[in-house]
Amino acid sequence: MEPAGKKKPIVIIDAERCKGCELCIVYCARKVLGKTKNINKAGYNPAVVADPDKCTACGFCYLMCPDNAIEIK
Amino acid sequence: MSTSKKYKRPESLQETKHLYCAGCGHGIIHRLVAEVIDELGVREKTIGIAPVGCAVFAYDYFNFDVTEAPHGRPPAVATGIKRVMPDHVVFTYQGDGDLAAIGTAEIIHAANRGENITVIFVNNTNYGMTGGQMAPTTLIAQKTATSPFGRSAANEGYPIKVCELLSSLEGTKFLARVAVDKPGNVLQAKKTLLKAFQNQLDKKGFSLVEVLSMCPVGWGMTPQAACKRIQEEVTKIFPLGVIKDLTV
Ligand SMILES: Cc1ncc(C[n+]2csc(CCOP(=O)(O)OP(=O)(O)O)c2C)c(N)n1
Ligand code: SF4
Ligand code: SF4
Ligand code: SF4
Repeated sequence: MEPAGKKKPIVIIDAERCKGCELCIVYCARKVLGKTKNINKAGYNPAVVADPDKCTACGFCYLMCPDNAIEIK
Repeated sequence: MSTSKKYKRPESLQETKHLYCAGCGHGIIHRLVAEVIDELGVREKTIGIAPVGCAVFAYDYFNFDVTEAPHGRPPAVATGIKRVMPDHVVFTYQGDGDLAAIGTAEIIHAANRGENITVIFVNNTNYGMTGGQMAPTTLIAQKTATSPFGRSAANEGYPIKVCELLSSLEGTKFLARVAVDKPGNVLQAKKTLLKAFQNQLDKKGFSLVEVLSMCPVGWGMTPQAACKRIQEEVTKIFPLGVIKDLTV
């Protein structure tokens, strides 16, 4: 349960921008993000938000993403 | 000094997808520059000078004016622009082939003249764009397309430490080395870039930030391994920190 008034963070990965470098996955200590076998238009396997409830909005994934594919709301 | 908690593409960056390889440090460094320009509120009076190298298309990625200089010559172009438009924020963005090889003369003399510009020097220890050849910054024993048995000091000399080299020049006011290999260092890199741009606004003189950056394709390794290489090998030769600060 989230404390009252505290909004749950939402991590969004833009699958078409993502190049599957996995830096976000590597640096997410909470293991929120994961790999997939999906293929985007550019031919990369984009990262996915596998376990959104564990996200603490620490921002590490955003900081490491070279392709501006991550937004945290 | 502020570091915003806005985890969203900064306004100073175009929506255009860039052409860098997966896991390339250039993408992170572009975003940091864009965040800093946004935070300083100077987007409409900023002029960048793109290099020759993988960052040659920087004018397609930044959402402010960017021009392009011949290989190694951004500091000379920046000098001209800053001198005729001193109220603009002028910076160069250069790789280690661009700045430390073909452009050695331009950077040394711009620094020595104490031009009031900001230089972003991306050190990825090789020539990325042309296929991973040896650069002046290539580490001893590092294998590249033109040092297939590893760089040897006897044959090719030593890695050039640009910040340390420039530190003896009276014209240089702020010289620092950062890296983008892990989140903490990315935050530190942003703070340092913010200072380097603030120095220009405060008319403090020549500031250069060297950024150790991953080139997974040139190095022949995964992005994760490239980050590890920065931590375990590159920072041993190129230590992080402020090398010179005469702005305080
Ligand atoms: C006058 C001139 N000489 C040589 C080249 C070939 N060239 C293109 S990019 C490059 C090196 C780029 O390496 P670096 O500056 O380290 O940037 P990176 O691609 O690693 O970001 C060279 C030698 C050129 N374009 N123009
Ligand atoms: S914000 Fe932090 S916890 Fe949430 S996905 Fe990104 S790295 Fe993981
Ligand atoms: S860091 Fe960015 S580009 Fe790399 S896998 Fe994650 S979302 Fe994709
Ligand atoms: S060659 Fe290296 S520097 Fe150039 S885009 Fe690829 S990873 Fe980046």
